[in-house]
Amino acid sequence: MKIEILGTGCPKCKKLTKLSEEAINELGVSAEIVKVTDINKIIDYGVMVTPALVVDGEVKVAGKIPSKKEITKWIEKN
Amino acid sequence: MSKCCCGGKTILIYPCSGAANTGEIADRASRKLTKEGYGKMTCLASVGAHITGFVQSAKGAEENITIDGCSISCAKKILEHIGVTPTKSYILTEMGVEKGKIPVTEEITNKISNKIKKSLSSKEKQENNTEGDENSGCSCCSC
Repeated sequence: MKIEILGTGCPKCKKLTKLSEEAINELGVSAEIVKVTDINKIIDYGVMVTPALVVDGEVKVAGKIPSKKEITKWIEKN
Repeated sequence: MSKCCCGGKTILIYPCSGAANTGEIADRASRKLTKEGYGKMTCLASVGAHITGFVQSAKGAEENITIDGCSISCAKKILEHIGVTPTKSYILTEMGVEKGKIPVTEEITNKISNKIKKSLSSKEKQENNTEGDENSGCSCCSC
């Protein structure tokens, strides 16, 4: 599983990364977390507002920080 | 360009960009508003195609503005299909543009974009008056 955190590195992006790492560790799944800071790659996803979370190519949320529970649910579904 | 949490309020603009003169004027006015910094025009077609990045951006933006050429209101309806209610909707035929009857000129594009700018400015003033200083600014850092 590939989890991408889209954002230019603001505190919200960092918090989203931390929550995603926690969710992965608690579920015990094997997943790669990639931080995407390149604005062109972010735009390629159609994301106009960051931070955003992408799970296996699908943008799950943009412009806000989801709860760990929501992140867990998205990871479990994949 | 994508906006980060510290980049201020995110306002996305969706013109219907339909085939008629009204759609073209909506499109041109949206581009003008974007160039002048009133928001960021984005792709309505991508929202209609359920491209997840565009759908989630609409859901995550502070404001979504639709500019429809006529009262069929495709832009507004497309956003509503994904569960997003536009914060402001404009319909050009209700702003003095006759569908299929007038040419697309710079003059009419300017007239429409000016009307929208005026409307957006008065809305912003109202919000500033009700919100006060303590609620303004970014909440994610000390900027």
